[in-house]
Amino acid sequence: MTPSRVAFAAILGKDLRSELRTLQSLPAMALFAVTTFIIFRFGLDRTQLSGSLASGVLWATLLFAAVLGINRLFVAEREEGGFDAIRLAPIDRSVLFAAKVAALMVYLLALELIAVPVFAIFFLDSGTALLPLISVLLLADFGLAATGTLISSMAVNSRARDLLVPLVLLPLIVPLMIAATGATEPLLALGGPGYHRFGTWLMVLGLYDLIFGLVGYAVFDFLLED
Amino acid sequence: MKPQDTASAGPALRLVGLRRDYGDRTALEGVGLELGAGESLVVLGPNGAGKSTLLRVLATLLRPSGGEVTVLGCSLPREAWKLRGRIGYLGHEPLLYRDLSGRENLRFHARLHNIGTEAAEARITELLAAVGMERRADDRAAELSAGMRQRLAICRCVLHEPELLLLDEPDSNLDLEGRELAHGLIGPVQNRARVVVTHDPDRHLPEADQVLRLGIGEMARLS
Repeated sequence: MTPSRVAFAAILGKDLRSELRTLQSLPAMALFAVTTFIIFRFGLDRTQLSGSLASGVLWATLLFAAVLGINRLFVAEREEGGFDAIRLAPIDRSVLFAAKVAALMVYLLALELIAVPVFAIFFLDSGTALLPLISVLLLADFGLAATGTLISSMAVNSRARDLLVPLVLLPLIVPLMIAATGATEPLLALGGPGYHRFGTWLMVLGLYDLIFGLVGYAVFDFLLED
Repeated sequence: MKPQDTASAGPALRLVGLRRDYGDRTALEGVGLELGAGESLVVLGPNGAGKSTLLRVLATLLRPSGGEVTVLGCSLPREAWKLRGRIGYLGHEPLLYRDLSGRENLRFHARLHNIGTEAAEARITELLAAVGMERRADDRAAELSAGMRQRLAICRCVLHEPELLLLDEPDSNLDLEGRELAHGLIGPVQNRARVVVTHDPDRHLPEADQVLRLGIGEMARLS
């Protein structure tokens, strides 16, 4: 058997190299997020947001931008035979799940490197909330990546892939979004960041990550079966 | 990649009453044969007779619906995991990523098969030279012709020095020169069994130790 770390690095490296070369996912995700912020800015007719409204605008935008990347996550594997190649290789198939989660995490972090500063420029009067926000982003990104990878692998064989991913993913992601917005709300409160129930929401995010990370790892092998 | 002990213990393939269904439709039925190590089996039959399905079952990409299937001493589907890395499969799709170059694709497959970096580079260089692809090796697969992609797919298929080759129309898209070069890599070799699906019996029958004829709605015939 090929050591899992070798296979993981090979698959992740292949995905990132392909994305850097073709830019099929990231620019679309970033453009979507920035455009949505512009729409919110003029649609709400507000130059400053705070609390639950700011948190909701941020996470709704990031979630729908993420769906664009999730939709394309397994397209190369489906259309160019990557699934067969991985099934023929002496590797633990769960490595493919781990590598795809890592690739999606990289996409989400790159998206947030662009989208969060744009959000701050459009809607926040100071950037003091951005540092504690990093922990929320990291935990939410992992949950979104694990759930998104699982759903994307199931939907990729369907011709209605673009429809199936949001239809199945969004209900599953509701608890994650509740926790992410709950943790973000006090950070974006008027008058500066607060930490009311911040730790509780972080724990909920961690629990969600653990559950969906383990579920994905456990069932992914079966999803690749004939 | 070293052949495992089970390889030399018995026949490369042993099929007894193999059946494969797709829902209500039976694609393969009653296939039985035994192929020794180093022997070649040529599979003939019209379109839709189940030739590619047979190869995908043997490659562990499809589960058999019935019968007994033993490949390199491993009973399928129970011991399919033991076979991974021991089979070279060349299907209708080249299993190459279009946005990576030929060399990058081969490096990727070498890492999946746990071939060390130096050994992989040497093997890739040797294979690319063997199929006349050195000059186009760094072009993206999407920019190559179908014949060049087939040459790369053949390199991928033998990269890890498999004990059993499963070749589905290996000459497709290849010109005469390509066929001759490819034959050097996927032709008969001692201790490496081959199953070749073809529509060109004149070319492959002279090398066959056994011939399996599949027909639509008929029992398979071995000769």
